[in-house]
Amino acid sequence: MENRQKENRIITDGLSYRYPEAERDAVSDVALRVRAGEFVCILGHNGSGKSTLAKLFNALYVPTEGTVWVCGMDTKDDELVFDIRQNAGMVFQNPDNQIVATVVEEDVAFGLENNGVPPQEIRVRIDEALAAVGMSERAKKAPHMLSGGQKQRVAIAGVLAMRPSVIILDESTAMLDPSGRAEVMNTVRRLNREEGISIVLITHFMTEAAQADMIYVMDGGKIAMTGTPREVFSQIGRVRALGLDVPPMTALAETLGKAGLPVRPDVLTVEEMVEEVCRLQSKG
Amino acid sequence: MLNDITLGQYYPGNSPVHRMDPRCKLLLTVAYIVGVFLIGNLPGYLLALAFLWLVVRVSGIRFSYLLRGLKPLRFILVFTFILNVAFTQGQTVLFAVGFFRLTREALENAIYFSLRLVFLVMGTSVLTLTTSPVQLTDALEHLMHPLARFGFPAHELAMMMTIALRFIPTLLEEADKIQKAQMARGADFESGNLMARARAMIPLLVPLFVSSFRRANDLAMAMEARCYRGGEHRTRLRELRYTRLDFYALLCMIAFFVLIIAEGMLLG
Repeated sequence: MENRQKENRIITDGLSYRYPEAERDAVSDVALRVRAGEFVCILGHNGSGKSTLAKLFNALYVPTEGTVWVCGMDTKDDELVFDIRQNAGMVFQNPDNQIVATVVEEDVAFGLENNGVPPQEIRVRIDEALAAVGMSERAKKAPHMLSGGQKQRVAIAGVLAMRPSVIILDESTAMLDPSGRAEVMNTVRRLNREEGISIVLITHFMTEAAQADMIYVMDGGKIAMTGTPREVFSQIGRVRALGLDVPPMTALAETLGKAGLPVRPDVLTVEEMVEEVCRLQSKG
Repeated sequence: MLNDITLGQYYPGNSPVHRMDPRCKLLLTVAYIVGVFLIGNLPGYLLALAFLWLVVRVSGIRFSYLLRGLKPLRFILVFTFILNVAFTQGQTVLFAVGFFRLTREALENAIYFSLRLVFLVMGTSVLTLTTSPVQLTDALEHLMHPLARFGFPAHELAMMMTIALRFIPTLLEEADKIQKAQMARGADFESGNLMARARAMIPLLVPLFVSSFRRANDLAMAMEARCYRGGEHRTRLRELRYTRLDFYALLCMIAFFVLIIAEGMLLG
């Protein structure tokens, strides 16, 4: 068990959650795991239970049935709640509604202040965190002066300062413009690669999902599909039946395939498409 | 119009005034306001102005920035002035039209009251411009802390203030957006009498109200996710500590008081 916990940041087992007075489970019988350093994406149309799932990872909700372990800690244990929240940091959707303080660096310090970290240590950690998301220059700015992408990077810094093992992004790019989205995704990918922080990304954008190591597709509170992006998106029919799209390049590959060109159907990115087209051309 | 309000807006900087302990700044601001209310003649107000000008100079804020903060106040100022002119009893009549008499005492009173208001707003603006709202609420929390023993919610109040200050610009922005959206659909905010204009605000305020509830819900969730658990065992990024700077500031304030009292006795 010890070993299993070390390599797994989040494990859920038979996890169900029902909102008070709801008719059915918002999340039902979910078993998944997030390994150390893994980049996991959770997809699903609106109301599929993916946001509820995220809040279960952070002990904001406690399972009605089953268990969630975050770094080996059961979220049902009241005494561990703050350790769990420190380990599983969460970034929400609306950049305006999650910044508490009126100065960037003071907001980054918020979580550390709550945890009673000594002031000198807070200073060191917020400087590190702001540098990691590339916002050091704006440490003294007021949050409302920042763009959406910058605000989300501040929110990430706030989580990062707590030295989490996993960061959960609950549709954190949904309200941003394309450049803000790219900013946030680049930051997240770098933290994942360089700092080895596990990522749980909840998103509507298939191009973001294509960058993950592992995808879970939710439908009606259950996990409907699991696999690497290539495994999931090559089943175009099933993905569409679940009310989702496939990445634009996968859709293009499908169209080209239908038009009679022998393009691989599991193309995910522009680079792969370029390769594929070049391969066809050199052949033809 | 909404952008003119300087009260409650922080002007970042690193001047000695910025670096002062916020508790000291807060108390000295209160002292300054008391001082301004003690003054009873024009040279005294010149002293008050000189003192304020000095503080503003040291803080690196442009004086015009401070004056701009007075703009939203102009109606209140005019109103105070007229009320004081009309309702102060006086002997020395300057001129009389019908049953209205302008007396020297009334005019003086009106001028002093308006000046007091001006200095009150400018003085507090210096405080809020040089102190980040978080520091300010920290100061309030510290100063109110002794009351916590009697069940006074010092930390909670400070937190509420921080959040209120944090969301003022956000809500202003949103109000502006809603207003434009309603105007695009033909809403008229500018014409009509006061009642009509007040009624025109309803389609602006209702969506704003609804959305602030949603924001409050989101924020509560985000704060919880970041381990918020009330004021106990909480540390602060910036520990408050009195320094030599605060001592000098206190000396300046004492000097100011000595000056206005001396001036009051000499010219009063």
